[in-house]
Amino acid sequence: MKLVAEKREMTSRLFRFAAPLVSILVALFVAGFLLLAAGVNPLQAYLEIFQESLGSLYGLSETLVKTTPLIFTSLGVSLAFRMQIWNIGAEGQLYMGACGATAVALFSGIESHALMITVMFVAAFLLGGLWGGIAGVLRARWQVNEVIVTLLMNYIAILGVDYLIYGPWKDPKGFNFPLTAQFSDAARLAEYFDTRLHSGFFLAMFCALILYLFMERTIWGYEIKVIGSNPKAARYAGMRTGLAIFSVLFLSGAIAGIAGFSEVAGLQHRLQHGLSPGYGYTAIIIAWLAKRSALGVVIVSFLMGVLLVGGDSLQLSWQLPVAFSYAFQGLILFFLLASDFFIQNRLRLVRGERHA
Amino acid sequence: MLEILLDATVRAGTPILFATLGAIINERAGIINLGIEGLMLIGALAGFAGTQASGSLLVGVLAAFFAALLAGSVHGFITVQLRGNQIVSGLALTMFGIGTTALFGRDMVGLTIAGFERIAVPGLSRLPVIGKAFFNQDLLIYFSFLLVAAIAFFFYRTRWGLALRTVGENPAAADTCGVPVLRTRFLAVTIGSGIVGIGGAYLSLATTPMWIENMTAGRGWIAVALVIFASWSSYRALAGAYLFGGITAMQLRFQAMGTTVSAHILQMLPYFCTILVLVISTIRLQQGASQQPESLGQPYDREDRK
Repeated sequence: MKLVAEKREMTSRLFRFAAPLVSILVALFVAGFLLLAAGVNPLQAYLEIFQESLGSLYGLSETLVKTTPLIFTSLGVSLAFRMQIWNIGAEGQLYMGACGATAVALFSGIESHALMITVMFVAAFLLGGLWGGIAGVLRARWQVNEVIVTLLMNYIAILGVDYLIYGPWKDPKGFNFPLTAQFSDAARLAEYFDTRLHSGFFLAMFCALILYLFMERTIWGYEIKVIGSNPKAARYAGMRTGLAIFSVLFLSGAIAGIAGFSEVAGLQHRLQHGLSPGYGYTAIIIAWLAKRSALGVVIVSFLMGVLLVGGDSLQLSWQLPVAFSYAFQGLILFFLLASDFFIQNRLRLVRGERHA
Repeated sequence: MLEILLDATVRAGTPILFATLGAIINERAGIINLGIEGLMLIGALAGFAGTQASGSLLVGVLAAFFAALLAGSVHGFITVQLRGNQIVSGLALTMFGIGTTALFGRDMVGLTIAGFERIAVPGLSRLPVIGKAFFNQDLLIYFSFLLVAAIAFFFYRTRWGLALRTVGENPAAADTCGVPVLRTRFLAVTIGSGIVGIGGAYLSLATTPMWIENMTAGRGWIAVALVIFASWSSYRALAGAYLFGGITAMQLRFQAMGTTVSAHILQMLPYFCTILVLVISTIRLQQGASQQPESLGQPYDREDRK
């Protein structure tokens, strides 16, 4: 008797749709054993995750607050995925965006709210875009591996922000904490329902819609898909692949940069150390789980928002490290990759030795 | 002064050297492994915990090797047997490594062990300038010298090495010649991962004999970039790792001297230089004959054979 894998002739739609959900559930199950080994009751922990993030209106608003930067960064990452380009640098691009928005908020002296917010937005967009665009130029011009470049640029961006907030931008009245002075009211986004939910969330939803229309309804979006799936055919058709690679990485970085704008203008009202708990890395998982669809990004971002809010509360009640959520995210990806195999193949027991 | 700097260079370069060697073994067999950062962390924690529990550094190093080997086997199974996306699986491994070591390392924070000590090689350590840096070091560093030579010998002077290189270059041809492609690739991924783990253990057993959450701080990613710089050769990996050891050593030296340049700016140097080196070596690869394994990143499926 031997177990062999055979290719399925048709893949089931149901399977493909259910795979991300099943992966999350199996990952929860396996992560339960990790929690158990670390002396935490997994059932209690999971119950707490859902109670904290969805059990009350305030919890729900906190979940949406965390969903916001996830949507931006994941949209950026998934835009690049469309072209088989790996932007692992959304974290750094977020930091650069936040940095640009902060520079405007602190030093421009603009008094009009609308103008201030617009200029902050543009600064974040451009700086995030610059950060992605550097990898874009290197990839388009010399085929330099964008995975490594975007990733290493994260470290540079985070250290750069650290330099500013420990040095020249440090709030003189901040008791030596690594943070800038608070923004003026003109540089703050509106908040709703007496919660921390801010306009950034609606901007994120709007951004998802725009990106959806852009990808599905414009020639540009079509070109990106063609270049991604068949670069040779694209070149024959006269598409300028180099330019497209640069612009996609620029745009991808710019959208992740907006996440930084939204975080400092909507939520934190200053630039500080540990601005993001790794939204840019979680974005890679979201983009992969969402299979590159903009609507999928919104849904999966919300699911991850639930886990992050729940994770924060576990950190307080069980002293779990913040980074634990990475273990969980890694597991989800492992199971998703494994499930892809079972979508394409079926396992069968075969009698006797198989002769090739 | 030069002696001190050279000594610091070797010590800072060694963890990156082990990681680069492990990554080279992976990529020579055709599998991209972006899990290096996570594997180093797993090695660092397992090495520390093993030594802490047993009191023996050897047990620690073995624990690091096998823990990273085990974690690497997940990447191997997914990318080799299940033909999953190698980039995503590697990123997942890195995240998994960061997360689990943060979780299980909680109890290790603040504990101390007796780390590796220097053992002078009689005679050689008296050599001028290089003597102290290369021959008055700890056992793991001497082991890394051996490993560099052993891997080069293995790749070019043994049947298994030839088989490993062939499954990375042309798996269909290897298959036709009776080389078990999947098994060879899987073994390369797991053993390579184990070696990466030893690099992590160097951090927690020799560099600073303690466990600090996320103590690799991007060294794994530098190693991934160095594989390209080294054009998949173990000797050039040595050069690359020491280049980065040197940059780190100089940066620390500047800080110790109390320069006015911010520590944060100095810390950017290794990452910045890695990108620079990556760009230069990529351009050079394209001009000369590419050393990159032909089938790097491509899963092998016998049914797709042409």
